[in-house]
Amino acid sequence: MSTATLDAKRTSFDVKKFLANNGALVGLVVLCIALFIATPDFLTGRNLLNIGIQVSTVAVLAFGMTFVIVAGGIDLSVGSVAALSAMVSGWFFVNAGLPGWLALLGGLTAGLLAGVVNGLASAYGKLPSFIATLAMLSIARGLTLVISDGRPIKTSPEVSFLGGNLGPVPMPIVILLVSALVASFLLNRTVVGRSMYAVGGNAEAARLSGLPVKRIIVIVFGLAGLFAALAGLLLAGRLDSAQPQAATGYELDAIAAVVIGGASLAGGLGRISGTFVGALVLVVIRNGLNLLNVTSFWQQVVIGVVIALAVGIDVLRRKNRSS
Amino acid sequence: MSEHPVLTLKQVSKSFGPVNVIKEVSVNVYAGAVQVLLGENGAGKSTLIKMMAGVYQPDGGEILIDGKTVSLPTTRAAEEHGIATIHQELNLVNSMSVAENVMLGRTPTRFGMVDRKALRQQARAALDLIGLDVDVETPVGELGIARQQLVEIAKALSINARILILDEPTAALTRHETESLFKVVADLRQQGVGMLFISHHLDEIAEIGDSVTVLRDGEFVAEVPASTSEDELVRLMVGRSIEDQFPRRIAESEGSAGILAVEHLTSKGKFEDISFTVRAGEILGISGLVGAGRTELIRAVAGADRYDTGTVKIRGKALPKGSVQAAIRAGLGHVPEDRKGQGLVLDASVNENLGYATLASSARMGLADFSGQRSRAEAVAKTLRIRMHSIDQPVRSLSGGNQQKAVFGRWIIAASTVLLLDEPTRGVDVGAKVEIYELMNAITEAGGAIVMVSSELPEVLGMSDRILVLRDGRLAGEFTAAEATEDKVMTLAARDVNEEH
Ligand SMILES: Nc1ncnc2c1ncn2[C@@H]1O[C@H](COP(=O)(O)OP(=O)(O)OP(=O)(O)O)[C@@H](O)[C@H]1O
Ligand SMILES: [Mg+2]
Repeated sequence: MSTATLDAKRTSFDVKKFLANNGALVGLVVLCIALFIATPDFLTGRNLLNIGIQVSTVAVLAFGMTFVIVAGGIDLSVGSVAALSAMVSGWFFVNAGLPGWLALLGGLTAGLLAGVVNGLASAYGKLPSFIATLAMLSIARGLTLVISDGRPIKTSPEVSFLGGNLGPVPMPIVILLVSALVASFLLNRTVVGRSMYAVGGNAEAARLSGLPVKRIIVIVFGLAGLFAALAGLLLAGRLDSAQPQAATGYELDAIAAVVIGGASLAGGLGRISGTFVGALVLVVIRNGLNLLNVTSFWQQVVIGVVIALAVGIDVLRRKNRSS
Repeated sequence: MSEHPVLTLKQVSKSFGPVNVIKEVSVNVYAGAVQVLLGENGAGKSTLIKMMAGVYQPDGGEILIDGKTVSLPTTRAAEEHGIATIHQELNLVNSMSVAENVMLGRTPTRFGMVDRKALRQQARAALDLIGLDVDVETPVGELGIARQQLVEIAKALSINARILILDEPTAALTRHETESLFKVVADLRQQGVGMLFISHHLDEIAEIGDSVTVLRDGEFVAEVPASTSEDELVRLMVGRSIEDQFPRRIAESEGSAGILAVEHLTSKGKFEDISFTVRAGEILGISGLVGAGRTELIRAVAGADRYDTGTVKIRGKALPKGSVQAAIRAGLGHVPEDRKGQGLVLDASVNENLGYATLASSARMGLADFSGQRSRAEAVAKTLRIRMHSIDQPVRSLSGGNQQKAVFGRWIIAASTVLLLDEPTRGVDVGAKVEIYELMNAITEAGGAIVMVSSELPEVLGMSDRILVLRDGRLAGEFTAAEATEDKVMTLAARDVNEEH
C-alpha cells in the first residue's frame, strides 16, 4: 500500500471517528440550528447568557459525576449534597456569625465530607455506590431540613457574589469554565485521574497493577461532593438564599449529562468535554421548548426521549466498534 | 476422511478500519478430521475462525457448508448449521453456576420452567466427558482459568455439533486435562465431526491433527500434513528457524543471596505450610495439577490475596499481608493467570495498560508522565514485538498472544527484580516465547529472581533451574533442573490424585 492511499484512508477514517465519538456535539449543533430557525428569541445575547447560567449548575454537578461514572460508580446524592452545602454555608454565616468567606469554605467542606463518606462506604464498607449514595441522598436532604428547620437561609455576600456578575459576565459562567478546566486537568493529566479510568475499566487489574483502588474511590466521591457543593453555592448565590428543597432531582440531570456526553455507566469511559456538551444539550432543549411555549409536562417527555436516544445510539456505536 | 469438505472458507478477507487482517485465505474442514491452523500471534487465526462462527462477516470471499454458499450473520446462524466454537477468550457468566453456563441458551425446561434436574444431569454429562470434577452448582467466577476453560469446552461439546472449532483450548490446561480433551477429540473424529484446532503447542499438532494450514500476516502460506516436523512448521510460521526453544542461560545463583523467601505460608483450604527461597539469578518453576494451589500460592506471595499464617520476605524484609503496593515497592511484579479478568483494562490503550504499574512512581507532583510513559511503552512493545497498528489502540483489539505480552511488558517497564509469573506465555507463539524467555534470562542475569507457574511442562523443565511440585496445596517435592523429567514431575504431581480415583 502506498503512503498516499494510506493517508487518504486515515483522514476519511478520522472524520468518521470524530463524528462517531462526538455524536452529542453534532446533536447539539443540529439542535441549535433548528432552534435558530424556529424562533428569533433563541440567538439573542440575553437568551445565551441565560443558557450559560442555567447550564452552570447542571454542568458543575455533572463534572463531579463524571469522575464517579468513569471510575465505575454512580452518585445519586449530588443534588442533596448541593443543597446541604449551601445550607451549611448559610448557617455558618447567619447562625454562627462566621465571616462570609469562611462560611463559603465551610459549605465546600461540607460537600467534600459528604462525598468522602460516600467514598468510604463504597470502598471500605463494600456497599454498592448506588446504595451508599441513595442513603446519602436521604441523609443530606434530611440534614438540610434539620439545619434550616425547613426555611430558607440568607447567604453571605461572598456566596451571593458567586451568583452575581464579574463585569458584564455572570459569575456562574466564569465558575463553569474554570471548573471545566480543573476537572479536565484532574481527569486527563493527574495520576489519580488516569487511575479512575483503570478502576472503572477493570478494578481487579488496576489493583493487581498496584493502583490504590480504595483510595481512588474515596477521592472520586470526595471530588463529586466538592463539585456538588460548588454547584449548590452557585444556585444559592443566584437566589441570595439557601433553599431547603434546592437541587431536588438534579442528580438525574447530572447523570443524563454525563451519559449523553458519551460516558459508559459500566465505567472506564467518559470525558469532561463530553459531559459539558451533554449538559448543554439538556439545557438547550429545555430552553428551546420554553421559547416554543411547550409546557413543562411535555418537556419532561422530550428530555426522556432524548436520553434514551443518546444512550441507544451510544450502545449501537460501541457494538459496531467491538465487531 | 471424506472427499468433500463440510466447511470451506474460500478466499475470505477481513479488515478492521484501515488494517487488512485477513487476505484471501482459504481453509477446508473435513468430516472426521482435524484441521490445524498455525500462525504467529496476530497472524489472523482467531479472526478467521470468528468468520466461521458468525462473529465477523468476511469483507470478501465466501463461506461454504456442504458445498453450498451460506452467510452466517449471527452466532446463532452458525450454531444452526451445526458449528460450535470454543473461543480463545472465555465467554462465561461469572455469577452463574457451572451447569447454567454449560447449558446457556439451551436451558432444559419443563412446563415453561427451568428443569433443574435435567439441567444438572446434562451439564454433568458434558463435564464428565472431559473429566472436570467440580460441583455443577459452583459459580463459574470461583473457578480458576483452567477449569473455566474446561467449562467452556463442555459447553461446546454439549451442543452435539458437526463442526467444532477449538481456538487455543489447551493454552491454559496441563497435560492431564489436555489428554482428556484429546480423547474426546478422537471420539468425535470417529463420529465424523469436522474439527478446526488452533494451538501454539507444536507437539499437539502431530498428536491430534490431520492437516495444517499455516498463516503469516493474514496470508495463506502453506498447507502441510500434521506429521511435518516441528522445525519445519516453525520455519513456515515465522519465516526463520528457531535454534533453541528454551534458551535458558543459568545465571550465577549458587551461593548468591536469597531474594525471595516464603516461610510456612498457609491459607486454609488453598495451600498449607509452603516454604521456599529463590536466589538472585534463579528461576524457580512451580508445577502441579490444576487445583493444586499454584495460582493461590502465587497470588498470596504477590499480595493479591491475604493468607492465614507464614511470612513472605523480599531481601530479608517481610511484606505486609495482602498489599500489592508494598510488594511492588519491594520490587515484585506479578503476571496473573487471567489476562482478561485480572491483567488488562481492555478498553484502555496498549500504552496505558503498559504503564499502570509505573503510573504513580513515574509521576511528578501527581502529574502523569505522558511523554516518558509513551517512549517506555514503545520501547517495550518493540522488544516484545507486540503486534499492533498503534500504541493507542485499545488492548481489546490485540490478538490474544499480544495481549499476554502487554501484561508482561508492564513489569519490564517497572524494572521488577522479583517476578511472579502465572502462565506467562499462555497463548504466546513459539517465536515470541523465546523472546520472553530471553527477557527472563536478562532479568536473572541482572540479579533478579523469577518464580514461574506454568501448565506447560516442557516450559517449566526447559526454563527453570529448580522445580517445586505442588499437590493438593502442599509441597510434594523438589527437583533440580538436571534431575527433572516430565515423567518424574507428573508422577509426583498426580500421585495422590491417581490413588484416590
Ligand atoms: N476488533 C479489532 N479491531 C482492530 N484490529 C483487530 C481487531 N481484532 C483483531 N485485530 C487485529 O487483527 C490481527 C489478527 O488478530 P487475531 O486475533 O486473529 O490473531 P491470532 O492469529 O488469533 O493471534 P493469537 O495467536 O495471538 O491469538 C491482530 O493484529 C489484531 O490486532
Ligand atoms: Mg487468537
